[in-house]
Amino acid sequence: MMETANQKEPNREPIKASEIDPKFKYEISRMHGGEKLLRCFQCGTCTSDCPVARFSDTYRPRTIIRMVQLGLKERVLNSDTLWLCAACFTCTDRCPQGVEVASVIRVLRNLAAEKGIVPQVFKDQAACILESGYAYKIPDLRIKKRETQGLPPLPKGNPESVCRSLKGVKFLENKEKEGEQSEQ
Amino acid sequence: MSSKYLIFLGCAVPYRVSSYEISARKVLTKLGVELVEMPEFNCCGLPLDPVSHETMLILAARNLALAEQTGLNILTLCPGCAGTLKKVNKTLKEDEALREQINGHLAESGLEFKGTVEVKHILQVLMEDVGLEKIKTAVVNPLTMLKVAEHVGCHLLRPKEYIGFDDPEDPQTLKTLIEATGATCLDYINETECCGAPSVGVSDQVALQLARDKLNNVKMVEAQALITICPFCHIMFDTNELRIERMFNEVYGIPVLHYPQLLGLAMGMTPEELAFKDLRVDTSKILKLVFEDTK
Repeated sequence: MMETANQKEPNREPIKASEIDPKFKYEISRMHGGEKLLRCFQCGTCTSDCPVARFSDTYRPRTIIRMVQLGLKERVLNSDTLWLCAACFTCTDRCPQGVEVASVIRVLRNLAAEKGIVPQVFKDQAACILESGYAYKIPDLRIKKRETQGLPPLPKGNPESVCRSLKGVKFLENKEKEGEQSEQ
Repeated sequence: MSSKYLIFLGCAVPYRVSSYEISARKVLTKLGVELVEMPEFNCCGLPLDPVSHETMLILAARNLALAEQTGLNILTLCPGCAGTLKKVNKTLKEDEALREQINGHLAESGLEFKGTVEVKHILQVLMEDVGLEKIKTAVVNPLTMLKVAEHVGCHLLRPKEYIGFDDPEDPQTLKTLIEATGATCLDYINETECCGAPSVGVSDQVALQLARDKLNNVKMVEAQALITICPFCHIMFDTNELRIERMFNEVYGIPVLHYPQLLGLAMGMTPEELAFKDLRVDTSKILKLVFEDTK
């Protein structure tokens, strides 16, 4: 079964002055990873060197950076393409202006996630980590098989302790609320 | 010189890629690297960085704090774990305010990040601790009959500012280590490009197209095998190779080995010892080459 790319075209409607958040770029540049955002002069090195952009008709890191600079907060945070970045950091290493492009995208994804926009794959991994300490549900069979493979036992995860350390993290608290709502 | 490390397995290796762990442990032990098990660990944090940077920092710092209690440096098999733990180690050492914030979280479970351990990927340990000379001496079955290609993977190289290992544009470490086994390491187009793994789940199609592009470039130079040092890259190329062949109507038949499997063969270990049977793509052709030539 093949999952199609199925990424919505970014909203290319004419920009209305009312949708511009003039302070958005400063908000982002105060966050860890977004500091150098304002240095971007739209040369396009990030997009031309991006391996994902070669295989996607919609994902363009330069466009994402420009949208932030223009203050198109809602458009960029609601954009499906935001989630296509493979975090290979080629753009970050090659940006002649020193913009940490992949980190700006991470900052944007974090903000989208706080608003509840989270692809399923991340929800699943978060649930696994809270339940077991590991990002995947490692089957018991695999854990038992280690002995016959001559491998030492898998160190135990400590989900209770992990959850205590993660107390107060916004993203996870939102997730819990969401879970409670769906149970009701 | 012997060296002792705490082995950080991460999640992907025990979940799906035990052949990497089996071969890595065998090779490291034989080369005098002592591996100590972590009493406890959790996900390095990388998978959740896209949705919550704070969660990633806390998860990574927890692992570092757990390692600090043992006083031993960390060795990882996964470049994703290595990259994450290295980055967080550096960031928290330099940023006092952030360190305090994260330590506030760790205090809830009685832990504290102090910044007293180092994190190395297996490739670094092989190059920096074991050393090329010792590896070359351990090679009893030089693989001069093999022409292979390498794929380092992104997170061991980039972002350069945080990782500071090798040259991300033209990395040499894995190539040098491959050549130490006697095999030839071929150059190919876009060698340092991403395998696509991080896009799996968001868009499998984009992810598999990236892997396909790499396999096409590896095929073009007629490499007899592709050598990886990352569980995720290995899944993309080995586990998914048949799927990519079917999906895009291509034929590759390129075996994908973990570097410790290649090195292990050169050190005289058997394919059984190195868990070759766990590989998806048929390796009989190259094994025939290796064992016929040496007889």
